[in-house]
Amino acid sequence: MAEAMVLAGRSSGTAVFGRILVYGILLLFAAYFLLPLFFMVATSLKSLEELRQGTFLSLPSHVTFWAWWEAWVDGCEGVQCGGALGGHFINSLEFTIPAVLISTALGALNGYALTKVRFPGANIVFGMLLFGCFIPFQSILLPMAFTLGKLGLASTITGLILTHVVYGLCFTTLFFRNFYVTVPDELVHAATIDGAGFFSTFWRIMVPISLPIITVTLIWQFTQIWNDFLFGASFTRGNAQPITVALNNLVNTSEGVKRYNVDMAAAMIAAAPTLIVYVLAGKYFIRGLTAGAVKG
Amino acid sequence: MATLSIRNVKKRYGALEILKGIDIELADGEFLVLLGPSGCGKSTLLNIIAGLLDLSEGEIRIGDRDVSNVHPKDRDIAMVFQSYALYPNMNVARNLAFGLEMRGVEKAKREKAIAHVAQMLQIEHLLSRKPAQLSGGQRQRVAIGRALVREPKVFLFDEPLSNLDAKLRVEMRTEIKKLHHRLGTTIVYVTHDQIEAMTLASRIAIMQNGEVQQFASPQEVYEQPVNMYVAGFMGSPAMNFLRGTLTQQNGRLSVALNGGRAQHLPLWQPSGAVSQRVGQDIILGLRPENFAVAGRAQSAAPMALAEVTAQVDVVEPTGADTLAFMELGGANTIARLRPGDVKGPGEELRFAIDMSRACLFDPTTERRL
Amino acid sequence: MVNKRSLQKIISGLVVAPSFAASLYFVYGFILWTGYLSLTKSRLFPNYQFAGLVSYARVWAQDRWHVAIGNLAIFGSLFILICILLGALLAILLDQRIRIEGALRTIYLYPMAVSFIVSGTVWRWLLDPVVGIQQFMRDHGFPNFDFAWTQNAHLAVYALVIAAVWQSSGFVMAIFLAALRGVDQEIIRAAYLDGASLPRIYMTIVLPSIRPVFLTAIVVLGHIGIKSFDLVQALTAGGPGYASTLPANFMFQMTFGQSELGMGAASAMMMLFTVMAIIVPYLYSELRGMGKERRG
Repeated sequence: MAEAMVLAGRSSGTAVFGRILVYGILLLFAAYFLLPLFFMVATSLKSLEELRQGTFLSLPSHVTFWAWWEAWVDGCEGVQCGGALGGHFINSLEFTIPAVLISTALGALNGYALTKVRFPGANIVFGMLLFGCFIPFQSILLPMAFTLGKLGLASTITGLILTHVVYGLCFTTLFFRNFYVTVPDELVHAATIDGAGFFSTFWRIMVPISLPIITVTLIWQFTQIWNDFLFGASFTRGNAQPITVALNNLVNTSEGVKRYNVDMAAAMIAAAPTLIVYVLAGKYFIRGLTAGAVKG
Repeated sequence: MATLSIRNVKKRYGALEILKGIDIELADGEFLVLLGPSGCGKSTLLNIIAGLLDLSEGEIRIGDRDVSNVHPKDRDIAMVFQSYALYPNMNVARNLAFGLEMRGVEKAKREKAIAHVAQMLQIEHLLSRKPAQLSGGQRQRVAIGRALVREPKVFLFDEPLSNLDAKLRVEMRTEIKKLHHRLGTTIVYVTHDQIEAMTLASRIAIMQNGEVQQFASPQEVYEQPVNMYVAGFMGSPAMNFLRGTLTQQNGRLSVALNGGRAQHLPLWQPSGAVSQRVGQDIILGLRPENFAVAGRAQSAAPMALAEVTAQVDVVEPTGADTLAFMELGGANTIARLRPGDVKGPGEELRFAIDMSRACLFDPTTERRL
Repeated sequence: MVNKRSLQKIISGLVVAPSFAASLYFVYGFILWTGYLSLTKSRLFPNYQFAGLVSYARVWAQDRWHVAIGNLAIFGSLFILICILLGALLAILLDQRIRIEGALRTIYLYPMAVSFIVSGTVWRWLLDPVVGIQQFMRDHGFPNFDFAWTQNAHLAVYALVIAAVWQSSGFVMAIFLAALRGVDQEIIRAAYLDGASLPRIYMTIVLPSIRPVFLTAIVVLGHIGIKSFDLVQALTAGGPGYASTLPANFMFQMTFGQSELGMGAASAMMMLFTVMAIIVPYLYSELRGMGKERRG
């Protein structure tokens, strides 16, 4: 598309104006997108006194990490809260990492099984699995709460891991399935003739060539699970809550002074891991978005 | 070393019958080529021999062992795939050794086998490279090497030369033939290229729509095709099919050609079956090389020469020959002449046709008479 | 003699079986369970006696539900529309060989990496009358500038739209950009030679040729919209009062806040039906396409 712009026949005046317009609009929207981030960072670094004086767009006159410390160590006051954000951050880590790894591993195995060693009815199974990606989770909250209670997993990290694995399987299976469809069947045939069975072929041949999709899946799952609020709010209480729930509790307490620098610091703490992942491996993130949405 | 028996093999997908009953018996060390266009079932049959597909009916025997239900890895076969299917994450040496590793062969023996095969195929300098770093021809050699290392009873090739450019294809074809001479193993080779079939095979099985049309040596398939399909498939340019009527002319059985001029070609030693069809329509099959300019023809049986006149429409010089296109017997006919025999388009020439090589076909059944 | 090849297929089936079983229980089973609960009069505890559509009637009798549905209509349509317009616009502009394209893409997309709770938190303060944009504009010469929509019962739902658009238009931009890059250059050159201006080329040729992506975007955005729960919690907590509540919040409130399990289940089922009405036809046509590929 860009090529067309370079063709001759447009007066240099309109061409320049066109470019200015394009850049202008793009930068304007860049400001819209960046504004909240700026606000978040700047505010979180301000002291309480500065909050009273300044307006939101100003930079902190002296940078202080007081709000960050407050959020991490003291957390929120009030009845609803589960205490220091630091503990909740650890909670999130404790269930996110296992859930990401398990759901990715299972997704890879499923994807391989469904495409390369197709058993009768594989397509139907896949379709049924896929459906799970689309349901609003409100429709399973109640039964899940009961089930977790019955299993003794209410308000536990293990319960959250189970939940996130079960409901993450459809996405991870979809990603790997779409990827393995593009791998030639002949590769598996050659391995079969060479005597490699199901797991040998999977481990020694499919996995080594799956690095791109593994990365995409890990990043996607990490983002989805770390950022989840609904499951955390529904299935955990108090000390076991993930950081997203703790953040919401913090923000929604109406008691005391408006310590919104603490709110912003807390928001930054909650957002930091996924933001860091995004900055470091953004292109895989984008691939995950477009692959999952456009369905291969 | 082993014989290969394919007995009444059928393959169905639901109601659709892909293979309709294939019977082929191969002697030890034969080179079988399964030849046909896409969709004829040749790759399906190959995959059934390999064990990558189950057959619906029939049996496959290697040596004297019924392998119809045996896992591919235990059938003592090796396969070279069209896309080579080399393991992308392993270097050449490990690609070669993978099958041996799976079988639990210990390291020293594996290394010896790799070295031996690498030397045979001249790929020693490539052993530490990965497939992505190899050229097409090199990948092909590694794929063959991987098969060799298994020391199988039967080698299977699935259109291995299709991904190569023309020049490389000719080189690799010769290599495969030399390999066959050297090792003497039974080979089953799938291709749609009739030149590959002619040059490589000890016997060709031409397939169409899941059936074997003819199973014979290259020369026999070429000279005595069993029907028009086989006749038209072999040879390039293809055999000419002239239409006419069978008549008696001057006491000899002749074909009166359709088309503008009233010409007839006396047949040479016609069979009894042919003699019974006087007065009926008939198709005369003549290969381009059976034509020569009258007066300059050379034939094993000079008495078999018959003459016709035709006007040349198009002339295509190919360097070694010159192809002349003309209308004869109501069909576009191609003659393969020597350069200089024809001056240019529009020229009227008198041709001498070697009728000892002619084939006659029934217009309805398309079978050779 | 056991055919070792069919053994592979058995293993394959066994590998997928746990995920399939999980799907059957945790997705389909739970939906049926919720569905059944929605047909009972359950309050604090599940009451498994069939009671017809009583709970549905009670839901529809709530003003809160009507507000939620109305909000969903407004929020949903605006959210989808603006995201698509903005996403398409940004994608088209970015397609014009912009020098800082990489940086801009990163900026437009990063909001997708953070939780809706985080974005809700930030926008809550940005829309605060004292601390946020309103005061800023008033201090800078617009004394009557009103942007405290979260405090306004009529405007609160539009605040949701602003934050949701901020979060999700990057995604639309990403998939549109990927689609634009796949458009056949030659058609565009031909049109340019014929004298069509660039905007006209986009409107009449390029955009129509990427129609499937529009559909994907609408489906995915619709899905996000219907599930919207986290954002409301953090941005407005459903308020003022319940002026900005959405069906997802209604369900949560009924289930975990007011111990009305029957109504919670009924609202959840209605959410599910709405989603299915969009997704099922879409999935069906996708899987049919897949099936055709297989045989090719």
